Formats: sequence, C-alpha cells, structure tokens
Amino acid sequence: MSTTKELIEQDGISLKDKLAKATKVQKRRALLLTMPLVIFLLVSFVMPIGQMLWRSVHNPTVSNVIPNFAIAIQQWDGNALPSESVFEVFVKDLVTAKKNREIGKTVGNLATRINYDIPGSRSLFTSTARKAKKLKAPFKESLLKLNKKWANPTLWLSLKRNSKDLTPAFYLAAMDLKYDERGNIVKADDLYQIYMSNFIKTIKLSAIITAICILLAYPIAYVLSVLPLRQSNLLMICVLLPFWTSLLVRTTAWIAILQTQGVVNDILVFLGFLSDDGRVQMIYNQTGTIIAMVHILLPFMVLPLYSVMKTISPTYMKAALSMGARKSYALRKIYLPLTIPGLGAGTLLVFILAIGYYITPALVGGEDGLLISNLIAYHIQKSLNWSLGAALGAILLVTVLVLYWLYNKLIGIDNLKFG
Amino acid sequence: MNKVITKALITSAVSAAVIAGSVQAASITAVSWGGAYTKSQVEAYHKPWAAATGNTIVSEDYSGGLAEVKAQVEAGNVTWNLVDVELSDAVRGCDEGLFESIDASILPDGADGSSAADDFLPGTVTDCAVGNIVWSTIVAYDGSKMSGVATMADFFDTAKFPGKRGLRKGPKPNLEMALMADGVPAKYVYALLNTDAGIQMAFDKLDTIRDSVIWWEAGAQPPQLLADGEVAMTTAYNGRIFNAVAAEGKPFEIMWDGQVWDLDLWVIPKGAPNMAETLDFIKFSTGTQALADQASWISYGPVRKSSAALVGSYHNQPDLDMAGHMPTAPENFGNALQNDFEFWADNQDQLNERFNAWLAK
Repeated sequence: MSTTKELIEQDGISLKDKLAKATKVQKRRALLLTMPLVIFLLVSFVMPIGQMLWRSVHNPTVSNVIPNFAIAIQQWDGNALPSESVFEVFVKDLVTAKKNREIGKTVGNLATRINYDIPGSRSLFTSTARKAKKLKAPFKESLLKLNKKWANPTLWLSLKRNSKDLTPAFYLAAMDLKYDERGNIVKADDLYQIYMSNFIKTIKLSAIITAICILLAYPIAYVLSVLPLRQSNLLMICVLLPFWTSLLVRTTAWIAILQTQGVVNDILVFLGFLSDDGRVQMIYNQTGTIIAMVHILLPFMVLPLYSVMKTISPTYMKAALSMGARKSYALRKIYLPLTIPGLGAGTLLVFILAIGYYITPALVGGEDGLLISNLIAYHIQKSLNWSLGAALGAILLVTVLVLYWLYNKLIGIDNLKFG
Repeated sequence: MNKVITKALITSAVSAAVIAGSVQAASITAVSWGGAYTKSQVEAYHKPWAAATGNTIVSEDYSGGLAEVKAQVEAGNVTWNLVDVELSDAVRGCDEGLFESIDASILPDGADGSSAADDFLPGTVTDCAVGNIVWSTIVAYDGSKMSGVATMADFFDTAKFPGKRGLRKGPKPNLEMALMADGVPAKYVYALLNTDAGIQMAFDKLDTIRDSVIWWEAGAQPPQLLADGEVAMTTAYNGRIFNAVAAEGKPFEIMWDGQVWDLDLWVIPKGAPNMAETLDFIKFSTGTQALADQASWISYGPVRKSSAALVGSYHNQPDLDMAGHMPTAPENFGNALQNDFEFWADNQDQLNERFNAWLAK
C-alpha cells in the first residue's frame, strides 16, 4: 500500500489547499463574467416564456370577475341546476361586475372565457349583465325567464369548473379533446379536429424540407470547400446573398416565378413541354411551400456543413483511395462520418426553424399553408385566446425538446460543430 | 455684481425652459391598416389637423386584431393613442375594458345643421368608439376578360364563368356569401347561420368550388391575383380594387350584389396619454368635411349623412366621380348584408376551427 505524502509549502499551507483556493478565485471570476449573460437570458428568455406557460394553465377569469359566485358554486353537486342562493350570488356579482371597467375584471372577459367552452354564450352573458340590475328575487326564476339558455346545466357545469384557478382545459383543447355535457373528457367533434393532425403535418413537412436541404446543401458545401479560395469566396457570396434580402420580398418573388401565369410556366409553354391549358400549379399548394422554404433555409444548412468540411484534411480521402477503396466506399466510410458534426448542426437548425415558420407557408401555401405556428399566431393575434396559444406553444416546445433528446441520443450533442 | 449676473442668467434660463415647455406641441400616434387606406387618412385627417393645431401626428400600421392593444393595456405602457378598428373589435374591446369611453356629446354637428346623433348612421357611435367609414367585401373580376357577372351565384358558377376564384382564408365572410349564392335573402342569412343546418349548407356550397379556390390572406393580394391572371374572380375589399382601377388604370370591375359591409371606428386604448389632443383629433376627423375629403382618396363611404353631399371626385382625376363607387351608393346597395358582429363575436373561434379542419381535409 503506497501512501501519498501531502506536499506542504514553505509557509505551512498544503499545496492542495492552495490549489483549491486559486481555482475558487478563478471560478468566481468566471461566474461574475457570465453573470450579465445569465441575467439577460433570465429576463429576456426564461421569464417571458415562463409567463406564457403559466398562462396556459392559469384561469383566474371567473374568480376575478364574479368572486363570491366562484366560492358559492363549489357547494353545488353538479346535478340539475344550482340552488336559489347560488343564483342570487350570481346576479349580485354580475351587477357589481357590470360597473367594473378594469381589464381582466369585466363582464366581457367572463363572457369571452365561457364562450371558449360553450360557443354562443358570449352574447348571453353580455346581454344578461346589461339587464341584471332589474332582476328581482326569486332570482332563479327571473333569470330563467329572462333567457331560457340559463337553464342549460352544461353552462353551470362550465362555470363551476372554471371557478378554479388552475385548469387543464386549454391543453385539452390543444389536443382536440373537450368536456362533454356531464363534464367528462371526450374527443372533440370530428368537424373540429384540427390541432393534433396539424402538429403531425408540420413535423412531416419540416422533415421533408430538412431532408431536401441536406440533399442540396451537401454538394454545394463540398464544392465550396474544395475550390480555391477566390472562387469559393465568390460562390459563398451567392449563398449569403439571400440573407441580405427581405423575407417577404423573396417569398413574393417565388409567387411571381411559380404562379400559373408566371415565369416557369411561361417558359415551359414556350418550349412546348406544356399546352397553354395544361399549366402546372406550383404555388398556393404544398409544392410552393416546400420550394420557398427550402430556398430560405438552405444557407442554414450550407454554412455549418461548409465550415466542417473545410477542416477535413484531403489526405484522409487520399489515404483511403491509396489503400484500395472505391471512391463511393471511401466517401461513405471516411468522409461522411467526418462531416456528421456539421450535418447535425445544420439539421437541427433547419428543422427547428422550419417548425416555427408561418409567414411563408401562409402566403404561398394556399389551402395547405396552415401550419401549427399559423394556428398559434391566430390565437395570439386574432382570437386573443392567449391561454390556448400558450398551450399549443408549450406542446410545440415539448415536441422539439423530445426530438432534441432523440437527436442527442443518436448523434450526441458534443458532436455539434457550427463552424 | 457676479451674484446679480448669475441670478439673472438662472432666471432667464428657467423662464425660457418654462415658455418652451408650455408651447410644446403634443404628439399622438394613430394606428391604421396601411396601404391606400392609411394614405387616405393621412391626406384627409392627419395633415389638415396637424396644420390647424400645431400638434404632430404619427401614423403606424397594424394588421387588425386587438393583440397589441391588449398587450399594451395589460402592461400599463400604452404608446398608441388612437386605433382604427373593425366594429367587432370595437365592441369586444369595449366589453373587455381595453378602451376608454368616449362621450358622444363632444361630437360636432353636421355641416348641414343636423345634430351629431342624427347625422351619424345608426350603430356607428358606441360607448368607446366613433365610426369613420363604411367598407365592404365584394366580388371583383377583370372587365377586359369577362362580363355579365351579375349575382353572387355567378361567383360560385364555375361552369358559366370558368377559372379560379379568390377567397379570403377564413370563414368570414365566405359563409355569408355562400348562403347568398344559394339564394338566401340577405336578411335571413344570420338567422340561418345560427343553426347547424345553415352552417352545413354554407360549407357544402363552398365545397362545390373548393378545388378552384386560391386562398388569400392580405388585403393587397386580390388585386395582384387579378392582375397576374391567377384568378378569374375574387372577393376583395372594395377600396383596394378601386385603388387599382383609379391609381393604376386596371380594367377591374366590381360586382356589388351580395356585398358584406362593415364599419371602421376610432378607439382609444385604456390609459393612453394626451387624451385631450386625441379627442380633438377624433372630433376633427369624424367631422363632415374630413369624412368627405377621405372619400376623394379611396372609395370608402363616410358614416355621416351630411358628408354625402360633399363627396366629389377622385383627388387627381376630376372626371372620376366618387359617389358611384361607395358601398352605400343606392345603386350598389341592393342586396347588401351588414356584418353581424354579435354573431361573429360568439362564434368566430369555433367556426374558425371548423373552417381550418374543413380546409385541411
């Protein structure tokens, strides 16, 4: 058994302790240097996204607008209709809420929230609130007389469910599920099944675009890496030039080129390949989406591949050939594995960008141009159902993280090289 | 001596600052839809008002919806003073506490002497909003390539009028137009759409032309689609088509049968600064003369009855009379349907989901 004698310095402190102290100072300095970046990421990235994710489960509308009712309705067992005392609290709360013009606490907010569950109930709430002041006891009878839609138990079940501050309802809607009349979770009507199929369509389309980008970018990057510097620089400018043009300009240019009366069709008709009536529809469908998006995302695949290929010494291929390998074999066994880091980086970049794109598919995709990001944007911008948009966004985030984890398993994150 | 000079200098500097502060003009931001429409507002409202009051007014563009207003009001940091919104957004925003209330009694009388309450068309002044124009979604086609398009049913008839159709990507106002093409009179359209059978009828009618439809999203696309020859007929906003005809000389024609018209109104986001100047601008821009002036730049109808008499010709073409191009002109208003904001406020989300699911099949 060998014992390591501890090294003691001249001033009595062991070398080990001195080393620990020195590295601590180094570590603290490194932490202080990265602190601004960490704070920046926290404030501009983690906090806003965290807030949006919180919105996807936070459901305070009913308890904010009609607080006393939210407490009273919990006593109801869910059968038939609530009792007279609950109705009384409801009407009194509505009268108070009608006077409130603070955002988040108005009757309009309540009406919109319940309308997500039961379409058509928005006008019921707003019109009832206008007349609520005139209602007298017995409140149950007078409310039902005012509008018989109040006799719908589903409406009261929805109010009871939404009186709780946390809800899975938005995630259910994002997964094409809903609550039925009895409050059970069931699949939404066939006519309204849109989100899950759209997720799958988006992922499929992004995978196709990524695959096409790989096929096109690989030869381009290879040529760029083997050409002498002056020519490769010129070609590199051609690859980078699209970056300097506006996205919308590029998309509109594709419309002008690919439309049925556009450049490509005109040339094909002129050369006689197509008759004038047999023009090919290349835009406002999935073909147009794929072409335009591949064009926009290609540089993101070319650049990482190029920078990795540039670092591969030509001697490896020469050595393989000199040892008797066929060119295709050497390419497959020697060159390709060396480019995996760049390939992985490019694939990740292109795929994640493709999943998030919605302007280009919206403009050139026509019927097929509705991807999940369009639906999220619709909920954020038009329907103002930020909670549903957040839920869809959260599902998208989880999907991307899962795919990233898969990618890590297959290729390994340490093998990533952007250049 | 030095002390006296210093005191004098300080006093004069402070008073200069005070004077400068008190004559400082206010700057307000008006937000609208961009393109030819914003241009008409800048020429008819912004420039004259800024010249008359000495305030500055900045014009910004947005693409509709209340998302930006909601974000600003919730954050308590409102930078938009004035927004031009559709009626459904005006009502919804008011209900949800996003807008300031506007006292209708501040609105001036019409130039013909009628009170504001009588002069404004019914439904154009609400608790939080003051109307400015009437606009319409119509069917447009290239007059040099086809003729004889008379009714909404012709739009859905690809046998009689072959070629592709342009439709806005969304249920609104395609469902109404589909029902009108099926022969439903305008006054029964929304009653029918309130039933499941009615909605199914509308979707079935859309199914008949589904394969020949090019779906557009932005208001500028339909005139471009017509000009490119991509579509034979398309729905469009009437002002955009008029702009292509008047400013760019395109041979487009508008079919007014089955038009679905709507209002645009000015609203003030809750908590916006410079309320006094903003209200002053609203009073000016919804006055008789200003509304008649905007009509000389784009073919949107003024909401004041007194403005109709003052509507003249296109601003740089004296022989192009605007009156006949308004949605509200009697010869265009035969079979017109007003967009029912209450129906869409209740059903927009659900019908949008159904429409997207239908489109994806």
